[in-house]
Amino acid sequence: MTAAAWGVALLQGLLYAALAPLLVGWVRKVKAALQNRRGAPLIQPYRDLRKLLAKDARVAHTASPLFQVAPYVVFATTWLAASAIPLLATGLPTAAIADMIVLVGLLALGRFFLALAAMDVGTAFGGMGASREMLIAALAEPAMLMAVFTLAMTAHSTNLATVVDYNLTNALVLRPSFLFALGGLLLVAIAETGRIPVDNPATHLELTMIHEAMLLEYSGRHLALMEWAAQIKLLLYGTLIANTFLPWGIAEHLTPAALALGLVAIVFKLVLLAAALAVAETVLAKMRLFRTPAFLNLALLMSLLGLLSYVILEVGT
Amino acid sequence: MPLLGLAGLAALVAGLVALGEGRAITATLPLGLPWLPWRVRLDALAGFFLAVIGVVTCGVGLYGPAYVRALEHGRDSLIVLGGFTGLFLTGMLLVTLADDAFLFMVAWELMSLSSYFLVAFQHENAANRRAAFLYLLMAHVGGLSILLAFGVLASFGGSFAFEAMRTGAMPFGWASVAFLLAFLGFGMKAGLVPLHAWLPEAHPVAPSHISALMSAVMLKVAVYGFLRVVFDLLHQFHWQWGVALLLVGSFSALMGVLYALMQHDLKRLLAYHSVENLGIIFIGLGLSVVFLGTGHPVLGSLGLIAALYHTVNHALFKGLLFLGAGAILHSSHERDLEQMGGLLRRMPWTGLFFLVGCISISALPPFNGFVSEWLTFQAALQAWQLDSGVLRSLIPIASAVLALTGALAAACFVKVYGVAFLGQARSRHVRRARPVPMGMRAGQGLLAVFCLVLGIFPTGVIEVIDAVPRQILGSGLPEASAHGWLWLTPVSAATASYSAPLLAVILGVVAAGVAWTLRRGAVRRVRRCDAWDCGFAPPAARMQYTATAFAQPIRRVFGLLFHVEEGVDAGEGAAARYRLRVRDRAWGLLYAPVAQAVEFAARRVVRLQSGNIRVYLGWTLATLVALLWIIA
Repeated sequence: MTAAAWGVALLQGLLYAALAPLLVGWVRKVKAALQNRRGAPLIQPYRDLRKLLAKDARVAHTASPLFQVAPYVVFATTWLAASAIPLLATGLPTAAIADMIVLVGLLALGRFFLALAAMDVGTAFGGMGASREMLIAALAEPAMLMAVFTLAMTAHSTNLATVVDYNLTNALVLRPSFLFALGGLLLVAIAETGRIPVDNPATHLELTMIHEAMLLEYSGRHLALMEWAAQIKLLLYGTLIANTFLPWGIAEHLTPAALALGLVAIVFKLVLLAAALAVAETVLAKMRLFRTPAFLNLALLMSLLGLLSYVILEVGT
Repeated sequence: MPLLGLAGLAALVAGLVALGEGRAITATLPLGLPWLPWRVRLDALAGFFLAVIGVVTCGVGLYGPAYVRALEHGRDSLIVLGGFTGLFLTGMLLVTLADDAFLFMVAWELMSLSSYFLVAFQHENAANRRAAFLYLLMAHVGGLSILLAFGVLASFGGSFAFEAMRTGAMPFGWASVAFLLAFLGFGMKAGLVPLHAWLPEAHPVAPSHISALMSAVMLKVAVYGFLRVVFDLLHQFHWQWGVALLLVGSFSALMGVLYALMQHDLKRLLAYHSVENLGIIFIGLGLSVVFLGTGHPVLGSLGLIAALYHTVNHALFKGLLFLGAGAILHSSHERDLEQMGGLLRRMPWTGLFFLVGCISISALPPFNGFVSEWLTFQAALQAWQLDSGVLRSLIPIASAVLALTGALAAACFVKVYGVAFLGQARSRHVRRARPVPMGMRAGQGLLAVFCLVLGIFPTGVIEVIDAVPRQILGSGLPEASAHGWLWLTPVSAATASYSAPLLAVILGVVAAGVAWTLRRGAVRRVRRCDAWDCGFAPPAARMQYTATAFAQPIRRVFGLLFHVEEGVDAGEGAAARYRLRVRDRAWGLLYAPVAQAVEFAARRVVRLQSGNIRVYLGWTLATLVALLWIIA
């Protein structure tokens, strides 16, 4: 692991933070186009973040110190989790620090603090959001782990860079296990990033909120960090799906040309994936809370089927 | 009480020395029966468990004196409490040191009986007496099963000494009988589902530092006994046993955490989490036995190390959490979560340490609970190396259960911490809670620091634990620390790696860096204001989400697994009251039928008791004749 590798890893981490608002802007833009609206410009999320960062933070009288610490923890864990996923290149040291189980653990740590912060002020909305978020997380986390375990068992490694390498070097075989795992992971990604049909990021009705209800008491730079973390999370799941299941284009050597190609490839993949998300969000309606367990059980079932079809059908092939 | 801390320190040092030495020290005590002197032996396995007992006892020793002072003016004698605590600890230490079945059973019973008196300490409460009796009953059924297991072993080994038992060769059938008896006996003590129902009754009613000892340490002694009998004395491994362990372990883990979510008595909730964590430990042991039984010794060691790592982790964080619950009880006299709230601002140190415990038990990086769960997952992910398709598909399902358990545990501790320590106080005495004395804080702090250290430096810890599989299995995990202290690589560097020190440092640097950058900017002010009230009445403490409300979605989703009684009582003129009771299904399905059968049998036997002495003499004569006929 050379200095160049660490340098690229750092660059990749910064890219995650820098590109995340753009992805959200793109999803909103496509949704607006589908709804015959012009929509806000692509860079609107950056403007929102800047506005929030420039404002005073207001904190409720009843809040404890944890309330002010939580945004930093949530942001740092999400960002670090994202940095462990190969965005431009494989073979970076960040993937060795945190493998895919650590990645899930880091996201869970962020969620833990987010839910605690929501309960801190002592309003009913915060508790409601936290309770719902933890329900969804409890059902989504096993599905996500099973999906990544399918990849891990196939590549005989939980290191994401190794998994991506494995998929690159082995010619594309249409594995049933991968299809199931992809399906499961897509459903988990929708649930975990708080998109329709599980949660609605644009809702203004407190009673239907999950993620937004937890952020209700935040303002100023605290809110900016929370929002930014949510945007990074969307980019994280997009990259995870794009680069592990469709790894073509990612740089295997750390040359500028290969890295540039990697950037173009991932942007292209994410643009398509985000457009698909926008279409799905336009077509579907939000579900009732107690229908989400069925949705997530489907995700768990698909992931488990993927794992089982690997251990039964594909071992040794 | 300070003696307790010293004893703990001595045990910790002795245990670590034994782990470091890697060879066994034996001695014979001048006690016991003439033909069967008490032999003790300190090897790596015993040393590991001594260290576990020692470290928790140190914390409890620091904490105990201040906690007990509050009980001084009660009706109960402190001498009884102190004396039985000492006996309890002696029993546990002797169990780990015993080198023959006789001393083992004596020490085991010493441990069970003295802890019975500790459970029954506050015996003026009828519920406590009932819990203590149930505990005594279950401890004896378990003890009987262990005794029978030793009987099977001794009949093949020719002696009650462990040395002889190790050499005895056993056919698969008898070995399985011994395994099942040991699993039943030790599993009952460890609180595995469906035999767990006594545990959430008995553990919470003891004084809190004793609850900590029982949950954190005594359950580990059961794990020790199981390891000693199955891994060391039987020393044969069959994948069928592994499957049994996996199934029971997964079931215990899941049911434990689900029932924990339904509790709102803090100590009961923690006791249910012990069921869950013991389940996780047995999942690790099950993986180990499956791999050993199919000829993968290195992976077997990995499973064993994962289980042992979780053993020490659970001892630390469960001890910490029970001490925290004791601190809340001490300063607010409250065990019910529904009455708590806002304790973080009233007891900041306890709040901080409790948070460490919550993060650790929820298996979140970079704390210790995550490391053992990570290792268990790594062991499970090697399932592709197995030849049997059934095993290959069973292990992923077990790991799915483990993942679900971890996520539900996180939900449960968000509930606990959010309701107890955050928000606003829900009752008057909680609002008046004061920080606890220094000694109690130090006890919690010690365990919290250990939780963090074991989470951040797993490589060094595994190097130490590695002595155990090297001793009893003959194969260690050499790869785990092959890449320096920074990297944890259980199988090989290409398969999986985790660098807890780097992760913790980067996490800290990023969080601090972001905070510093933002604070340097133009805005640094934080203005205080009221919480958002939708323009209606200002938020009051009773508007907050309660523990029951928090768990309601999960109760609905997993409703079939609980025995739920729910309804609204609306009497004439009285205000309507919501009534909810969630009961353990194990009562109805297992305990109640057994109790009924026993009562039924007892009623039949009563007929013998006519009160007429001639009938009794007749029975005696008949028995005598029958016995003579049998020996003749």
